[in-house]
Amino acid sequence: MLHTVNKSPFERNAVASCLAHAVDGAAILFIEDAVYAATKGTSVAAKVEEAVGKCKVFVLGPDLAARGMSEDNVIAGITVVDYEGFVDLAVEHSAVQAWL
Amino acid sequence: MKFGILVNEGPYNHQAVDSAYQFAKAAIAKGHTVSRVFFYYDGVHNANKLLEAPQDERQIGKLWADMARDHNVDLVVCVAAGLRRGLKEENLAEGFRISGLGQLIEVGIQADRVMTFGD
Amino acid sequence: MSEVMDLPGDDDDYTSGVVKKFMFVNRKAPHGSIYALEVLEMVLISAAFDQDVHLAFVDDGIYQIVKNQDPARVGMKNFSKTFRALDGYDIEKLYVEREGLEERGLTEDDLIVDVEVISQAEMAELMNGMDVVLSA
Repeated sequence: MLHTVNKSPFERNAVASCLAHAVDGAAILFIEDAVYAATKGTSVAAKVEEAVGKCKVFVLGPDLAARGMSEDNVIAGITVVDYEGFVDLAVEHSAVQAWL
Repeated sequence: MKFGILVNEGPYNHQAVDSAYQFAKAAIAKGHTVSRVFFYYDGVHNANKLLEAPQDERQIGKLWADMARDHNVDLVVCVAAGLRRGLKEENLAEGFRISGLGQLIEVGIQADRVMTFGD
Repeated sequence: MSEVMDLPGDDDDYTSGVVKKFMFVNRKAPHGSIYALEVLEMVLISAAFDQDVHLAFVDDGIYQIVKNQDPARVGMKNFSKTFRALDGYDIEKLYVEREGLEERGLTEDDLIVDVEVISQAEMAELMNGMDVVLSA
């Protein structure tokens, strides 16, 4: 399954809830305000790094750029994708679940 | 692949509708089909023909209408959610049609993937 | 609830015979926003399509099915009773997370409808097996 999250981890618990419900091997994609969860040095970075260990984690590049977040500052192991990559992820996984 | 898309939020207020649009655009560019976009909850506001954003900004209603026309995407507004929010045939933008929630369940059955974009 | 139904047979394209696992994921509390009510309308419509429907109450979504709601006090309709009517529509797969109940100081006795209480890990597995997930 592909899980998408779109709200900031500091605004609400969608990122935390998503991470708690993604089974090993699932894919997680941070879009919109959730891209902050993919950046280094935040209070949620440890939890996200743990997820990188068991799931395939991605972040939407255009949303990083929109928010002035550098791709160089993305947590190691998270892959930056564009909208076409987002489409590929949806195709590769049997279903998509949005955490709003 | 055939995609169904659920849009939960209105234009401009949340990025949801932009994310949905960009996803749909990329899917079509990659040769996939976006068979239906279903607008529910405040998403119905995307279908208001009176939308008028500043000229130098994206015109969301027009973007969807152009996609519908150019790529045969079925843009459906939920009748009940629309009525509740004052979206009716008389202010329905070109390219959209009003129908029931069954159309969302139906695209869930018929499409290969269903995406939700919301708040 | 909405009177306007769009039932199978209304549309030439209706695909009969295909049964998919649908899950409606409820994560928001009732009344503070309209999602709980409008998801319920969606769930009721889905009953007409003979799909394998699952309803998950996660995080604050659990509050949607708490007993003794009196939204008339805030000028709103009490739709929580409608959850009890779901089994009449053959929608019986309702799931609540044990951790979510505990986090909120709730027990199964606080809930208005029969549900299956499962662990977060079990909910994760259940979600992973779905074909269509509709989130609000």
